[in-house]
Order: sequence, then structure tokens, then C-alpha cells
Amino acid sequence: MNLIQQIQAEQTRTDLPAFRVGDTVRVSFKIVEGKTERIQAYEGLVIAIKNAGAGKTFTVRKNSYGVGVERVFPYNSPRVEKVEIVKTGKVRRAKLYYIRTKIGKKAKVKTLIGGRKDAQVQG
Amino acid sequence: MIGVIGKKIGMTQVFDETGKVVPVTVVQVVPNVVVSKKTADQDGYNAVVVGVYEAKKSRVTKPYAGQFPEGIAPTRILREFRDFEKDVQVGEKIDASVLEGVRFVDVIARSKGKGFQGVMKRWNFGGGRATHGSKFHREPGSTGNRTYPHHTFKNVKMPGHMGNERVTVQNLKVVRVDPEKGLVLIRGALPGPRNCDVILRKAIKKS
Repeated sequence: MNLIQQIQAEQTRTDLPAFRVGDTVRVSFKIVEGKTERIQAYEGLVIAIKNAGAGKTFTVRKNSYGVGVERVFPYNSPRVEKVEIVKTGKVRRAKLYYIRTKIGKKAKVKTLIGGRKDAQVQG
Repeated sequence: MIGVIGKKIGMTQVFDETGKVVPVTVVQVVPNVVVSKKTADQDGYNAVVVGVYEAKKSRVTKPYAGQFPEGIAPTRILREFRDFEKDVQVGEKIDASVLEGVRFVDVIARSKGKGFQGVMKRWNFGGGRATHGSKFHREPGSTGNRTYPHHTFKNVKMPGHMGNERVTVQNLKVVRVDPEKGLVLIRGALPGPRNCDVILRKAIKKS
């Protein structure tokens, strides 16, 4: 293993549950305001997982009061406190960008009833 | 000036203490050997001569080997650091731990060679229009004017060889120092290709 890979391996997290694109997740994200810290929950649909290793990110989309909101989280960031899987989804695509143009029922992802073996549904 | 010779390994990213992503260049520092010391009375200035990477025997000439005291094998790289702020003795090893507590460094290396380049790449000239009947694309334009001054001034920016020269990048932040593994992480990019030799020196203009 070369040195770059070693440094990246030190940072990659293994404690997050195995969520996939199409799952609905709740991300607890640490927010630092001056000196105080608080945890903000952000719940939505995972529409993309990009890259691998230290630079891995995932995009969570939600509908906030009629406005679509997307947030990109660094997978290995220490500020991602935890990720809970709310619902497992049944999708046939690796990136769900098409959902941006859909509204209502068309923007819904089918739930994978019973979940996957590797993904524990919480909440 | 505190400094050390290292090797550029490549770039990656790390999270800082606030959880922000910081782009870093990884520099490997193999312990450097202090080969000799220069003093003001003897040489006119104070400096520490430092070497690193043992040289192949067939590549060492006698005059070069003569610079090394007995017991220290000739090294491939030999550099001086003037006014070294830490007290070191000949034969002592300097590793990445000298940079502990140093917040900013200047990095000196030989940049990647770009070959013979035109003025647009080499000097950031604007160039001309690509279409609409333009016949002036990437040329440098006029250099000598007319009756006055009637000649091209010295040092006018022109096409020529670019890169492969000594470059100093100042005031780069030290993100992490790991003497155990011999690694220094420096924020941002460094000059030169991967595996090139770099000199890390405590920043002159920032501390």
C-alpha cells in the first residue's frame, strides 16, 4: 500500500450503515456555531454516491416546503455524526438525477419491502 | 533557517479539526544527515550542510566524497541551510520533527518541464480572435514598434522554454507533521512532478 492510500485509509469510515442510492436516510450533521455545537437532522432521498475512498460523497435530496433541496455530504467527514436508514428503495439506476424534473407521485421511489440484508432499517 | 529535504509523494485530502476538507500534498522526509557545519569565522557565514539518500558508489567522485567526514556515506543530495536555528552536530539526523511547531513553510523544487511554449501559455497573453476573419490567433504581436524605439527591448516576453526551473512557493500551511512515518502534509499544490526532491524551509515572510 503506498503512502497516499495509507493516509486515505486512515480517514475512511466504516461505522456508517450500508445505504445505497434510492434509500431514504436521516443524516445527523454537526453544526458549529461559534463555540457551541449542535446536531441537525437532515432527511431525504439518496440520489447519488460519488467517488470512493477519502473523497467519497453522497447527495441527499428532500422537498422542503415545496422547494427541492439537495445537500452533498462528505462520507468520511467527522461532522457526519450518524446516518440512519429510514426506508430502503428499489431503484435500477446508480444516479437518480431524473427525479429533479419529476413532481408528485413520479418523484417517488418504490420501497423495497423487507429491506436488504445488509441495510438495517431504523426509525 | 530551519529546513529539511523531502520527496513529493502526491496529493490527497484530509479533514481538519473543524471537519473541513483540506487539499494536501504529501511529502516524505527520510532522515537527513548533517554532513558539516559552516561558521562565520571560517567560511564567512553560518550554515548547516545536509545530505540525504545514500549515493550509488559508482556515481561518487573523489572530490565529492571528500566533502563527507569519515563514517558518513556520500549522499545523492547535498544542500545547505543558512543560519539553522536548531543546534545540531555533524552526524546527527534531521527528520520531519524539526517542522513541528512550524505553521508555514516555503517549498523549493524544480517545476515540471513544459518544453518550448508560445506566449499565451508562457506569459498569459490574451491572443487574438479565433474566427470572424481574424488572422491573429496566438501570436505575440509587435515587439519593436517603429522609428522609435526601432529595436526590441531586452526582456520582452517571448516564446521559449517553459518550466524545469527552480521554483519557490511561499507561505504554504503545514497541516500535519508525522515524524514517525516521516510524513509532512502541506496545504495545496507543490511545484514539480511526483517523486521529485523538494526543500521544505520555514517560511521567511510568515510565521
